[in-house]
Amino acid sequence: MSAWRCPGCGYVYDEAAGHPREGFPAGTPWSEVPDDWACPDCGVRDKVDFEPEE
Amino acid sequence: MSSVEGAHDSYGDEAHHHHHHHDDGVELTPATWKDGKRYAWLLGLIVPLAPFIAWGLVEATGVDAFWFLGPVLVFGVFPLLDLAIGTDPDNPPDSVLKWLEQDRYYRWCTYAFIPLQYAGLVLACWLWADGGLSVAASIGLALTMGVVSGIAINTAHELGHKRASNERWLSKVALAQSGYGHFFIEHNRGHHVRVATPEDPASSRVGESFWEFLPRTVKGSVTSAWELEAVRLDRLRARHLSLKNDIVNAWLMTVVLFAALTLIFGWVVLPYLLLQAVIGFSLLEVVNYLEHYGLLRQRREDGRYERTRPEHSWNSNNVASNVLLYHLQRHSDHHANPMRRYQALRHMDGAPQLPTGYAGMIVLAWIPPLWRRVMDHRLLDHYGGDVTRANIHPRTRDKVLRRYGGGSGAAGAGGAAGAAAAGGAA
Repeated sequence: MSAWRCPGCGYVYDEAAGHPREGFPAGTPWSEVPDDWACPDCGVRDKVDFEPEE
Repeated sequence: MSSVEGAHDSYGDEAHHHHHHHDDGVELTPATWKDGKRYAWLLGLIVPLAPFIAWGLVEATGVDAFWFLGPVLVFGVFPLLDLAIGTDPDNPPDSVLKWLEQDRYYRWCTYAFIPLQYAGLVLACWLWADGGLSVAASIGLALTMGVVSGIAINTAHELGHKRASNERWLSKVALAQSGYGHFFIEHNRGHHVRVATPEDPASSRVGESFWEFLPRTVKGSVTSAWELEAVRLDRLRARHLSLKNDIVNAWLMTVVLFAALTLIFGWVVLPYLLLQAVIGFSLLEVVNYLEHYGLLRQRREDGRYERTRPEHSWNSNNVASNVLLYHLQRHSDHHANPMRRYQALRHMDGAPQLPTGYAGMIVLAWIPPLWRRVMDHRLLDHYGGDVTRANIHPRTRDKVLRRYGGGSGAAGAGGAAGAAAAGGAA
């Protein structure tokens, strides 16, 4: 399981937790999140801008 | 990648600071810095108190004109205060931003708006039903309530950008009075993503008057919000028309609110409730009109729009309007850092500046020839005289190009052309 961070606001998409409200249940891999999905917190950055979280 | 990194830098300190959620400790406290506006934020509560003040003044003087207090205050007194008090470009130092944001006093200033807002609405309904008001007085009170309704959308805007679910819920509650519950979806997930592009219903264009913008943005915002929710609900495999739809449940709040008030006070209040809601959301939309007028993000080589930068929002540092609207006028920083709390929003050097505060600019927007005279040459100057770099309204594109020169050769002539053409435009 990996996690990806919005470089704008710091929101982290964690595959283990997913984002159920957005329709990505726990365990949804990052690859299944659509490319045009914008950061659910700030809306400034898109999925493609996200950076892997160490 | 280099263009993206460049955009990063234009936000100053931002790129590298927010790499942790706000749960990391507060390292910095202000040893010497004092927030000059700290107690001024309480003055924003004058808006939800307006029906109480109006009622008091009418009772004390017998002058019915005081029912119009809301619009007189916002469109008459505040534009003058902006001119009299002037601007304040001071920023809190970067080192105190985090401390400033976690100080709960500031958020209580916004929370307090909401109970006062609804106490005022109940008072207004009682006055419409049993206050013995003339029709003119009732309309005056409805205009005052419309101003409260519209500025409540600004309060909802501040709260709706936050992560905390209680603040997001309060945002929805504040929107119920104007029936604009979908704003909370469209603004955060639609407008902030597409701002200053032709695809954004809430970004106005050069060659588009406020009166042409108003129906486009009202309709476009609803449509866009619904599409955003539909995509989310499809992923959840939920029906679009269900309580899970945040637009449906937010609108339902308005239906329940208006139904309850009608049940308690009678049918007589319903037309006034509807009138104040229309005035409320129209006030929000005129503010939308002036926030991004004509500004355009260019397309990058990969087809995506360049990132939103400070130059894609109009700003103002006029103190009176800024206090009234929780720093909404520091709009570039808001778009760079949408979750930043109002008290920590900063003036950004190099961002386009409006000639006065929102309160005065609203009045100009209602009068398109005046608006063009004041704004179009500023927009042209911003783009070095090249109007083709602006967001041009498709319907009037030819006219705009004829008026302001279609090519790069127009550089420098922008200001004069703008002033000369403003009078003759339809």
